[in-house]
Amino acid sequence: MRTDWLIALPILIPLLACALSAALWGRARAQRVVTFVAAAALLLASAALVAATLEHGVIASQMGDWPAPFGITLVSDLLAAAMVAITALMYAATAVYAQAEDVERREAEGWHPLLAALVFGVCGAFLTGDLFNLYVWFEVMLIAAFGMLVLGGGREQLDAGVKYAVLNLLATTVFLIGVGMLYGLTGTLNLADLARRVPEVGNDGAVGAVAFLLLAGFGAKAAVFPLFFWLPAAYHTAAAPVAAIFAAMLTKVGVYAIIRVFSLVFVGSSEWIPWVLGGVAAATMVTGVLGAAAHWDIRRILSFHIISQIGYMLVGIAIATPLALAGAVLYIVHHIVVKANLFLVAGAMRRTGGSFALAHLGGLWRRDPWLGILFAVPALSLAGLPPLSGFWGKLVVIQSGLEGGAAWLAAVALAVSLLTLYSMLKIWMEAFWKEPPAGEAPPDLGGTTRLLMLGPVVALALVTLTIGLWTEPFAALALAAGEQLAGREAYIAAVLGGGAP
Amino acid sequence: MEALLALLFGVLLGVAVWLMLARSLPRVVLGLLMLGNAANLAILASGRVLGTVPPLIERGASAVAPGAANPLPQALVLTAIVIAFGLMAYILVLTWAAYSAYGTTDAEALREAEPPGLPAPSPEAAAAAEPAPEGAEARDDLRRAA
Repeated sequence: MRTDWLIALPILIPLLACALSAALWGRARAQRVVTFVAAAALLLASAALVAATLEHGVIASQMGDWPAPFGITLVSDLLAAAMVAITALMYAATAVYAQAEDVERREAEGWHPLLAALVFGVCGAFLTGDLFNLYVWFEVMLIAAFGMLVLGGGREQLDAGVKYAVLNLLATTVFLIGVGMLYGLTGTLNLADLARRVPEVGNDGAVGAVAFLLLAGFGAKAAVFPLFFWLPAAYHTAAAPVAAIFAAMLTKVGVYAIIRVFSLVFVGSSEWIPWVLGGVAAATMVTGVLGAAAHWDIRRILSFHIISQIGYMLVGIAIATPLALAGAVLYIVHHIVVKANLFLVAGAMRRTGGSFALAHLGGLWRRDPWLGILFAVPALSLAGLPPLSGFWGKLVVIQSGLEGGAAWLAAVALAVSLLTLYSMLKIWMEAFWKEPPAGEAPPDLGGTTRLLMLGPVVALALVTLTIGLWTEPFAALALAAGEQLAGREAYIAAVLGGGAP
Repeated sequence: MEALLALLFGVLLGVAVWLMLARSLPRVVLGLLMLGNAANLAILASGRVLGTVPPLIERGASAVAPGAANPLPQALVLTAIVIAFGLMAYILVLTWAAYSAYGTTDAEALREAEPPGLPAPSPEAAAAAEPAPEGAEARDDLRRAA
């Protein structure tokens, strides 16, 4: 009974926060209290969920006590629990950071309910054990994201909003068609039940087509190689806290869905899957990093790096050994923290230097060395320099590539790391070391604004450093998660209860 | 009946793709609507449309008779229709807002988030290619605040 509540809480808390803050529309102070209390509660609840998952293994809960293939199932394995915990961390960090700048206008347009709705959708997507529910959670997330993207309503944002909305809706509809076909083939949408039924279908062509539809739908969400165009068209127009939570969570939900479905349901059902995933991973890494190398605006560079990093996670899924999946898990956790932090630091750099364009920045190191250090930690971690968190993620992914007979993927990953370092150095040279541009600079970042902006940044940088310097518990967790994903029995047994139908 | 539905699915899908390839935003929105309906048909067809046996359990039996209609896809389709309705309403408003801001529904005119001059070979050229008003305004605001 207690684990039932533990699984439901990460969904109920943001739902309650969303409803409450929407009811308190126009009363900003009360809304802030709701958001901060919800973020703290979600952190506690997710920590308890991780602890329970570590203790009991995979835990499942049947809503309304309808037995597994018929009712709505919530499942938490180590991957899902870790993702929920990191979502809670991002919720707290962006909620605090958003208070630093432009807060009244954003709150008047509904920042608090939208943020809670986004977290609601993300947590639901991580915890659901049912494919159709996954579609519903995607849509919850999407409608909140649509609203957040155009907060402020500038012309640039409307342009970005149209492209983002159309391409993402297209992706979820493709996913929905796949869901319909899969139901027609198997008569079930419960993921654990699907894992047993799909091998019995016997119609390899139809199963392959469904797998491809789902891969296309999730891949577009995750911004993989041929389907990423909506991301660099949209993310750089959003306000800094919005961009940070988007960059951290939204694409990773797509990656999570790929991991979940392709490690549980379509294992060994089609020969093309590892090859397509591997090819897509390599192409995603390369195009993302080349796009970043070509741009001179901090937010555009960071947006393209999201794409490039998604490739590393796909490498893990393509190789699909326990070690490779563990690498993907470790990489996702590291990447969410680092990427959100970079977008938050970029917001602080704009506040201090007056622009996101590298041409208009300069001399920031002399003015604010702390800002430089806080940029350097996530930037170097993104490039994978030891002893930061990115190094361990890349190490495990590349090692699994070499052991799993995909040395070419490991080679691509290494080359892309170098180019990542190049674009991070580009930002560093232009924004921090270059002579400051002529003209009057904006005021120094000080007082409460500094505290609210750099507080979350420091906290996330400390998380990066902790993962980097005290890797053992995180690596152990990732390895256990990888074992759980590769050996599917624990998940299936937790949902369907042993052998009983 | 299933064959007819499959044919209709194909026609809707084709029309949707054709509409979405247009440059005019209202056509793209209509295309999305068609695609959503195609998806709903696909789900509906997966639950035996013309089952002559109702999904009721006879007295004394423990399961529905073989070949009975499956009501679950109809429930799924209802959910999907409601979601698609909400999203479509949002996209219509968004299209209207874009039309109000840009004065046209031509998708080619929406070039402010990704201006034509980018990527540029140098930081200066890149900064010059960015749409001027908002960035410059924001910068001036910050300087004025100083």
